[in-house]
Amino acid sequence: MSAATTKWVGRPVRRVEDTRLLTGRGTFIDDHPPTSGVHHAAIVRSPHAHARILGYDVAAALAMEGVVGVITGEDVAKSTRPFAVGVTAPVRYYCAATDKARFVGEPVAVVVARDRYLAEDAAEVVTVRYEPLPVVTDPERALESDAPVLHEAVGTNLAGHRRLVYGDPDQAFGEADVVIRERFRFPKYGSTPIETYGIIARWDPLEGVLTVWSNFMGPFIMHPLTARVLGLPENKLRFIVPPDIGGSFGIKTSIYPYIALVGLAAMKTGVAVKWIEDRREHLLASSSGTDRIAERELAARRDGTVLGMRFKWLDNVGGYIRSPEPGCSFRPTGNFVGPYGFQHLEVDASVVMTNKSLTGPNRGYACGHLYFETEGMMDRLAERLGLDPAEVRRRNLLRPEQMPYRTPTGGLYDSGDYPAAFDRALQLAGYTDLRRRQARARAEGRSFGIGIALAVDPSVSNMGYVATALDPQFRAKPEYLPKSGAVEAATLKIDPLGRVTAILATTPQGQGHQTIVAQIVADELGLVPDDVTVVDEMDTFTRVWSISSGTYSSRFGSVGTSAVALAARKLKRKLCEYAAHLMDVPADQVEFRQGAVRRTSGQGPAYSVKDLAGRGHWHTDSLPAGMEPGLQVTAVFGFSVAKAVDAEDRVNSSNTYGFIAEVMAVEVDPETAAISILEYVTVHDAGTIINPMIAEGQIYGGALHGLGGALYEELLYDESGQLLTATFMDYLVPTATEAPVIKIAHVVSPSPLTPLGSKGLGESSSMTVPAVIANAVSDALAPLGVRITELPITPDRLWRLIRQAKKPK
Amino acid sequence: MKPPRFEYHAPATTEEALGLLAGYGGEAKVLAGGQSLMPLLNFRLVRPAALIDLNRIAALAYIREVDGQVRFGAMTRQRTVEFSPVVRQRLPLLTEATRWVGHLPIRTRGTIGGSIAHADPAAEYPAVLAALDGEVVARSARGERTLRSSDLFQTYLTTTLEPDEILTEVRLPAMPAGAGYAFEEFARRHGDFAIVGIAALIVLEGRRVVRARLATAGAHPVPCRLRAAEEILERDGLNEEAIAAAAARAGELVEPDSDIHASADYRRHLTGVLTARALKRARAGAGER
Amino acid sequence: MPGPVAVRLTVNGTPREGRCEPRKLLVDFLREDLGLTGTHVGCEHGICGACTILVNGEAARSCIMLAVQAEGSEIVTVEGLARDGRLHPLQEAFREHHGLQCGFCTPGMLLAALDFLRMHPDPTESQIREGLSAVLCRCTGYQGIVNAVKAAAPVLRGG
Repeated sequence: MSAATTKWVGRPVRRVEDTRLLTGRGTFIDDHPPTSGVHHAAIVRSPHAHARILGYDVAAALAMEGVVGVITGEDVAKSTRPFAVGVTAPVRYYCAATDKARFVGEPVAVVVARDRYLAEDAAEVVTVRYEPLPVVTDPERALESDAPVLHEAVGTNLAGHRRLVYGDPDQAFGEADVVIRERFRFPKYGSTPIETYGIIARWDPLEGVLTVWSNFMGPFIMHPLTARVLGLPENKLRFIVPPDIGGSFGIKTSIYPYIALVGLAAMKTGVAVKWIEDRREHLLASSSGTDRIAERELAARRDGTVLGMRFKWLDNVGGYIRSPEPGCSFRPTGNFVGPYGFQHLEVDASVVMTNKSLTGPNRGYACGHLYFETEGMMDRLAERLGLDPAEVRRRNLLRPEQMPYRTPTGGLYDSGDYPAAFDRALQLAGYTDLRRRQARARAEGRSFGIGIALAVDPSVSNMGYVATALDPQFRAKPEYLPKSGAVEAATLKIDPLGRVTAILATTPQGQGHQTIVAQIVADELGLVPDDVTVVDEMDTFTRVWSISSGTYSSRFGSVGTSAVALAARKLKRKLCEYAAHLMDVPADQVEFRQGAVRRTSGQGPAYSVKDLAGRGHWHTDSLPAGMEPGLQVTAVFGFSVAKAVDAEDRVNSSNTYGFIAEVMAVEVDPETAAISILEYVTVHDAGTIINPMIAEGQIYGGALHGLGGALYEELLYDESGQLLTATFMDYLVPTATEAPVIKIAHVVSPSPLTPLGSKGLGESSSMTVPAVIANAVSDALAPLGVRITELPITPDRLWRLIRQAKKPK
Repeated sequence: MKPPRFEYHAPATTEEALGLLAGYGGEAKVLAGGQSLMPLLNFRLVRPAALIDLNRIAALAYIREVDGQVRFGAMTRQRTVEFSPVVRQRLPLLTEATRWVGHLPIRTRGTIGGSIAHADPAAEYPAVLAALDGEVVARSARGERTLRSSDLFQTYLTTTLEPDEILTEVRLPAMPAGAGYAFEEFARRHGDFAIVGIAALIVLEGRRVVRARLATAGAHPVPCRLRAAEEILERDGLNEEAIAAAAARAGELVEPDSDIHASADYRRHLTGVLTARALKRARAGAGER
Repeated sequence: MPGPVAVRLTVNGTPREGRCEPRKLLVDFLREDLGLTGTHVGCEHGICGACTILVNGEAARSCIMLAVQAEGSEIVTVEGLARDGRLHPLQEAFREHHGLQCGFCTPGMLLAALDFLRMHPDPTESQIREGLSAVLCRCTGYQGIVNAVKAAAPVLRGG
């Protein structure tokens, strides 16, 4: 749309969601029972990281007042199937432990009682007999030949391994003037939304329907996965998502095994069962990103041109591999090379199972890992060549004239001017001046450092990328069903009074979809946002949805808004046809202008949306011959660039690709090793910005998630597999005092692939902050030779690095 | 995370509370502000037969000046301490330390007596009690005794209070006018328990240090008075060398443990760093009143 | 075992009562027994602050208070802030400055901020951040909240 027609898109419109949320009238999963007779579940969890389950004694629990039933792993084994997993290794992952417990906190039984207090009382007296087994938590140790094996049927802890080769990396390394090697460790941390998981399940035996209310962010592929586990036809499993979800940031994609478990409890006990995860359970056993050990190699020419890279990864997925893992390794396949032009890449990805909790999407899914390593390598290259880190990056950045750009790994970068965005960041940060400040600070013996991080920000996963985990030979088998796609649906209808309702298949967790959709529809139909009611409560029985529907992988800003715009345009076409018929002129002589259908030229009557709505509903005989009555349309938007992975392992793993450029300046207190963030600039190119207030809110939030992982948050285990950070006293979520002040700017390169030119940016700086802060701290301590290769940078860890560096060698 | 069952009593007088406590023979827990005990109950890490809630005992909440001391009823809220003009005037070190105790909504409920009786070695109030040479009053149905900090704290989360005793009063000697003071703390986030905290008090006569007091939080199993470091200052004054020597000595006096937030070495190191910082700030403020 | 006890208190200016076990947490009592689901449960150990309410005018965590302890007290929850169909100026400021996204921490954030502003009517930015550090938010990076509190301070001082 041109600027002249966008009255609402692009403006910081205040959110329609806010009034209910500010007055305590939101509807979260724990707020209102959607059905009567709700009972409450408490989950019995394994205290052992690895143990064989010898038996259960539930008599004492069943005898307690108010208890209606206990489900154990035996019931799970008998009445459910394991979940399909994304690898060929025979990992049997049930919704609760059946034969063995493989991480601390793994569900082993469920108690259902009249209220949560009683359920917890009863859970305490459920006896599970265990035979403790040797434990392994470190992914390197897990691959040693004498390591304890978690899944006997697999025979090894390696859930999957792929060696992906693009171009000719051996030649690139052979021709290189410099080769740089580094080892990195990325920590295990989660999203920790303030609202935990919540589920209410009701079984209607006569209809054979299981209805599940939950703060799930699908349906996504997890709906069919769960139906299969419970032995239900997909059309007998109903997922309903309440209007409000208290944050997710990826983590709530992984609630689905609990949907199966609580669903089973409802089916077995015959009562509606509610389970609200408590904070300890959330930290112990919800989901997180992987901890990763990475070996990186970079080949470059003397002038700083990167020729190729080698990635070697061990991604630790915990006790089982839960779908959509191993996305931890492959989600960024299309953007493995980031914003750089090198053509030769080898990726050696191992997905390892150990006795830790399970992993899955966490804001920036796999990209925080990727860029922490890549951007660390770019700084090392600059250091080796004696070049400014900004200059080294500039020499390798893709240029705007290369767009759209096909990456060697199959990604299709749709648009962007990376050098311009990078320059904007350098300018906004006053980079030259920062370097002067650094020189002065160093002269005074202070540790002042500047970090840079650049990233390609992928949005809207192509379902097909997960198949990168499978061997091409496997994918070539005739019985293999290729996967691809990224689809969203939206419905618009106009009621007889002219009120417009938009019905989405999204499940927002704070992203303001109602506001944004109202803006888009208002612009398209010449209305004001107040005229548009937006319904975003997922119900798989009543909504139009696709197998990829849901709110994850920054989908909404790209595919969700596209479906809405398409629906509005489709509806507009119908209104035009109808009005043209009323005016008795050919349809190509009318247009939708300023809220009404008017003659393209000359005088004549105008028909407003309200007018057409009234006539269309009250007087169907006024419709042109053959026109379907009713003023409603559903549009389904799908990306044609979402293809299945090819025989050379190339895949366009996302559909739209934004860009992030960040600069950060820090000072390290030489005595305490405390890090102060002095400047932090982030520049984003996410195409057309529909609501800058909401977009910037996403950036602020994403940055703080990144900061948490970089400095504070870690799901830390001891050698026996006990989680050491199982409370908010120990798992440190940054507060307002730790949050940096951020300078934000946008560069806009509209996507040619979406009707509005928009891309996603929900994950945003969560994927760059670990890199930029590590680089800034490394730069601050460069005179000592301290290099940050491991997160989180706790003061204790940094102090020890500094002390070690100062020791005479 | 719901508490297990317990019997609940909310007596209106201390005597009643002491009678109930004695009656449970060690099986009951005293509930003060609840900011530590309630989380432990929710985690079911403690399961007392009964809770004896002191929150209805109005007579346990007061701040009084008596004989050069400021006396606090054990149930005086940390928030009341924070905003008390008497405390700001007589015990500015306590006012400063209070701002490090959790967050305002925690201090709304948290009490001075509860914090000291809980004896978390990383808490601020025990360090202030030690630095100021204060004492506490412990009462039981059997009678009353006063204990100094060194008599009260045994080790992590453990005091010499008997199972039938309630800490009823905290007595802190008013700081001499013009005393220099500082509470320095290093924590991972604002409001967290200290990795290390240092309470410092300096009384000068001219350039001579007539009294130096240093006590730790987080650096030792109990709040640790850094007597040998204090002696350096009382002997050599507050010049840079003396401060450096006291700081170095401070690090040697503590026996910290390692945990997930900090190693023992780092805590020991921080003890020295924060001692120097506290002393410099105390020096800068000394003689102001 | 201890039976249910009566709890009488005033919530948002209205006398309310209910019966519950002594172990029942105040937040559960407000949500389940009184139907006031605006106050949220985030951690149940007093850290996240989502459950923050005003007890006799002062912010406190309702997940680490027993319902019986609130007997006779005056409670204000998020439901009590808007009056006569108008948002409270602090709520207005949160809306204006994008101080919320998912809205889950918002009730606790509002009440903690209100108490903070009463004690610090003319705060600096660093005081605001220190005051708000009582409540965890995962969506906003706190910037919108800090801006909202900064903007509300003069309005509340004036009114």
